[in-house]
Amino acid sequence: MRSDLSLLTRWISEGERVLDLGCGDGALLAHLTKEKRIVGYGMEIDTQNILQCVGKGVDVIHQDLNEGLSYIDDKSFDTVIMTQSLQQTNAPDRILSEMVRIGKRAIVTFPNFGHWTTRIYLGLRGKMPMSEVMPYRWYNTPNIHFCTFKDFEILCKEQNVRILTRTVVDNDHLENWKIRLMPNILGEIALYHIEKK
Amino acid sequence: MPKTIPADSVGLVDPQIVTFNEPLPLRSGRTINSYELVYETYGTLDAECANAILICHALSGNHHAAGFNREDEDKPGWWDSCIGPGKAIDTNRFFVVALNNLGGCHGSTGPTSINPETGEPYGPDFPIMAIRDWVKSQARLADYLGINKWHSVIGGSLGGMQALRWSIDYPDRLDRCIVIAAAPKLSAQNIAFNEVARQAITSDPEFHSGYYYKHNTLPRKGLALARMLGHITYLSDDSMREKFGRDLKTGKLNFNYDIDFEVESYLRYQGERFSDKFDANTYLLMTKALDYYDPAADHNHDLSQCLSQTKCRFLVVSFSTDWRFAPQRSKEIVDALMRAQKPVSYLEIDAPQGHDAFLFPIPEYVQILSSFLSQEIRHAQ
Repeated sequence: MRSDLSLLTRWISEGERVLDLGCGDGALLAHLTKEKRIVGYGMEIDTQNILQCVGKGVDVIHQDLNEGLSYIDDKSFDTVIMTQSLQQTNAPDRILSEMVRIGKRAIVTFPNFGHWTTRIYLGLRGKMPMSEVMPYRWYNTPNIHFCTFKDFEILCKEQNVRILTRTVVDNDHLENWKIRLMPNILGEIALYHIEKK
Repeated sequence: MPKTIPADSVGLVDPQIVTFNEPLPLRSGRTINSYELVYETYGTLDAECANAILICHALSGNHHAAGFNREDEDKPGWWDSCIGPGKAIDTNRFFVVALNNLGGCHGSTGPTSINPETGEPYGPDFPIMAIRDWVKSQARLADYLGINKWHSVIGGSLGGMQALRWSIDYPDRLDRCIVIAAAPKLSAQNIAFNEVARQAITSDPEFHSGYYYKHNTLPRKGLALARMLGHITYLSDDSMREKFGRDLKTGKLNFNYDIDFEVESYLRYQGERFSDKFDANTYLLMTKALDYYDPAADHNHDLSQCLSQTKCRFLVVSFSTDWRFAPQRSKEIVDALMRAQKPVSYLEIDAPQGHDAFLFPIPEYVQILSSFLSQEIRHAQ
């Protein structure tokens, strides 16, 4: 069980209707089904991941999230989740507004581009940062819309999205006092629990 | 010379015939008083009768879905690629039932059968079947075989439409429904293609208003034309380019109206071969069943409302280059199921073969079928 997945499990209530955007191999949904008896679907673009989901008994819909979710009714889900994929979409702002439209609540997690190592890498080397968690070159990265926690919170404000809870952790999904002190510099991953105002 | 039957084949199979004497009321308002259904089975029905899978066939399909009827049969059943020991639909685990639908021309009662009221073949007087009529007759076959609830009902194309109809009309009689390369109803373009096919048949001078049996003839030309047209819609532009390109039959242009290109030769061959073994009245009937299919029509044209009564798990599969029933049409079914909050998985498979892809053992396709068939059913929903 990935530790970020167990972190966000606490925001899901028993028996909720859940939609997991970019659900990967279905690990989170399988976990939530077992632990919280949720019902719902994953959405995924990669065929091998879809096959993994079906193998796990997770309901999954083949969908390119960039094509939009307008066909889904307002508030059809209790919680809409997107873990570590927002920065890979063509229009994160549109996805965010769709998530809080079709879900009563939403959970978003993404890596912090404002982490101190990234700032120093760009500042001193003058090149797009690369690291263990960001192993790509600028031209082949799937992460086309990186943002910092501050950037994301500005977007939430602009879109009338209320932040219910924010948890900032390091790459091992652990919290500590330093991160709590300077999250946008020392935090590596953020988990946001949000809803439409 | 007897051929060797492959190890992953169901082997030699004998078709069975069952007669039903209980009248079958049809959507058209007419009734068939008694009828026969021809079917094949593969694998063994378990003691709980819980491992039975129904295969619904497409427009030109039949009950012979897998294996060989004779040792010297040149080709196995139409879905042999997916049905057999160790295959996607594993006959080591499942008891598979395939039948020829009513109105067909491969042994079930249809236009070529003798009408007991006249002592002559039904011909065009055979009632036009709706997909719900087929499903009703299939439910009676299930009763006869002692199958109260199918493990799964599976179909591609027109067969997928039957599978979907099963989930609506008999929600308590199936646990899983697999709808492949189908649509919730035909588009105007789909109907238009069917209409041209019908016109090709009915305008053949040998058609004789459908009473060609009496005249001891067959509307071969018309049926071949209909098949040629249909065949084009089953292939993708890419697969035709790949298969034929602009290759010439004799290596040069002939400057006449005979065959120049390989693709012309292929289509003519397919058309002629088909017209020898398929009945034109059945072809007409099948295209009408397609045209009329619209399960949402009884529910204010709201497909999700229509599907709200279903109780099974769904798998919907489409193919990227299918333009007869494009992925978007499958997605309509998926969207409606999601709106109705039903358990559904959907995969669009990247395949060059067009609509015909559903007959090929594409690895991802085989894997998703077998994974889905292995899923446990959580009955507490």
